[in-house]
Amino acid sequence: MTSLLTVDALTMRFGGLMAVDAVSFEVRQGEITALIGPNGAGKTTVFNCITGFYRPTSGKLALHMPDGDLELAGMPGHIITRRAHVARTFQNIRLFQGMTILENLLVAQHNTVMPNVASGLLAVFGLGRYRGLEATALDLAKHWLDKVGLMARADEPAGSLPYGAQRRLEIARAMCTRPRLLCLDEPAAGLNPRESDELSVLLRGIRDGGCSILLIEHDMGVVMRISDHVVVLDHGKKISDGTPEHIRNDPHVIAAYLGEGDEGLDDAANAGEAA
Amino acid sequence: MSPLFRTALRDAFLSALVALGLFGAMVGLRTNVGNDGKLELLARPTSVAILVGLTFVGRLAIVLWKARSRTVPVKAGPSSLSGLGRYMGPALLVLALTMPLYSSRYIIDVGILVLTYIMLGWGLNIVVGLAGLLDLGYVAFYAVGAYSYALLAQNFGLGFWTCLPLAGLLAAFWGVLLGFPVLRLRGDYLAIVTLAFGEIIRVVLLNFTSLTGGPNGISNIPRPTLFGLTFTAGGGEGSFADFFGIEPNVTYRVAFLFYIILGLALLTNWVSKRLRRLPLGRAWEALREDEIACRALGINVTVTKLTAFAIGACFGGFAGAFFATRQAFISPESFTFIESAIVLAVVVLGGLGSQLGVALAAIVMIGGGEMFRDFAEYRMLVFGVALVVVMVVRPRGLVSGRAPSVSLGTSRTISADMVSQGHG
Repeated sequence: MTSLLTVDALTMRFGGLMAVDAVSFEVRQGEITALIGPNGAGKTTVFNCITGFYRPTSGKLALHMPDGDLELAGMPGHIITRRAHVARTFQNIRLFQGMTILENLLVAQHNTVMPNVASGLLAVFGLGRYRGLEATALDLAKHWLDKVGLMARADEPAGSLPYGAQRRLEIARAMCTRPRLLCLDEPAAGLNPRESDELSVLLRGIRDGGCSILLIEHDMGVVMRISDHVVVLDHGKKISDGTPEHIRNDPHVIAAYLGEGDEGLDDAANAGEAA
Repeated sequence: MSPLFRTALRDAFLSALVALGLFGAMVGLRTNVGNDGKLELLARPTSVAILVGLTFVGRLAIVLWKARSRTVPVKAGPSSLSGLGRYMGPALLVLALTMPLYSSRYIIDVGILVLTYIMLGWGLNIVVGLAGLLDLGYVAFYAVGAYSYALLAQNFGLGFWTCLPLAGLLAAFWGVLLGFPVLRLRGDYLAIVTLAFGEIIRVVLLNFTSLTGGPNGISNIPRPTLFGLTFTAGGGEGSFADFFGIEPNVTYRVAFLFYIILGLALLTNWVSKRLRRLPLGRAWEALREDEIACRALGINVTVTKLTAFAIGACFGGFAGAFFATRQAFISPESFTFIESAIVLAVVVLGGLGSQLGVALAAIVMIGGGEMFRDFAEYRMLVFGVALVVVMVVRPRGLVSGRAPSVSLGTSRTISADMVSQGHG
């Protein structure tokens, strides 16, 4: 498996607080990489650095594209989505509540439908390639509506959807930007067991479709089931890195999680105490 | 006596008491300069009694009405007005198209004024209603448009139709210029800076005497022509009346102006309605809903905001050029903050993002204001009370709710509760 994103000594400091301290890991092409760790470990900060919401204090974020590497650190967020094709979802769902589900998916394709301002203005007078682009965008939107099972509700406002469906829609919306790397911030939070299972299936489908996934998740069931690779952070430092089985038995991870009582790690925790 | 009525009575009594305390001093006592030059105190118990009585009855009515609406749940959903809207829009259009044919000159003049505000409202609606950016200095672009035409006509002898696009372009240019530094601000801060920008433009116009004539303004601004035909009062060679062989009449000119502003307003309407269904308009609305999500989807937030500012400003500029040609005289006095406030009130009252709502609000506010000129100084009082009442009864404006810009099946209006108003 080739590497897609190399995070090299990524450091993010907020004043006196070291949120992320020289973290290095790799996200490999065609894999689901999970980023786990206790609350406040710096997972979301790593995400915000990768997706351009924060400018890292130091470190490198090299995205390996077919035509050479792209340095993400310090690049504005919208350009990262546009040029590097890195998409993200949010811990607290950020949908366009007052717009319909279909509109949400079309806004995500803004850059393909309207490559620049001039073409956007020409479209007012029916000029340019707008019509064809819009049709393609609609097709992609329908494809993802179908994938997440929201076709029947396409014309309803996003804010009227139940919580689980809003999570799925947010993933579909991110996928409409045609990403190479999809960053998901706690996609299973607040989902019931059946919905988590559906989510696992959806994420595996996305991975098999060729889009690599970087995932922050607290639900160990989901993490252990779908991840190919797990990176563990604690207090801004990477404490472990490996396959789910390796992580399950790593004493450092167990120490960091001890007392948190996460189901998936219970067995491992016992093993750690014995050691 | 039901307990509800008793509490309402007590509430009303307390309100009346407060009113008595306030109005007793403010209205009840009046000082006049007597014949001997001394002040004499005049008591006006009747006025106080009327005001206190009104407060009592009003408070009683409000409390009872509120209690009633609490027991009878108000059915949520698309408002009846937006259902009516399907017929109201075309009806208003037909009314506007035929109005100059049977109306007096005064009515047509009022119509021109109302249409100017409808156009300004539609222009500002792009910025405030769609993109969710609170702009308190919209009058600046109106002023830029008006002065652009006036100065171009005076210094270079250009006609109205040549200057109209130039005025729009210049206003859009100023919109972008204002936009660059302020668009990283949000909410209240954006509002304050745009307010300041409006004032800066006015003060510059006032003090740049060598160019703008300062407080004396610019006069003798040429009137628009119809394919070269003028509308001079005396008829004469090359005039509209002469060409068609009819009696010269000042009404022709007024009607012509009316149709120009109607055309400009309809252009504004067409462009903004069309933009709403295009990627650019969708991006504006997405920006209003959630700016951070927009960034995560690869939308360039700055450019998108700038286009909203520029296009809104462009229509403000068109309206300004029209204003200049209609008045034939402009001075900085016409571009004070109150104009921005009125246009914003039209947009908010009509319902953010609603084209029909803005038109209705402009008709009610501007047309109504004209009609009630007889009330003299009470006009503003009535105006203020009407605004408060509308905002209490319909907090999201006359026409609330949002129509989806694209749909697979049947598209339904989205209730206003769901739609965000933007954070600046």
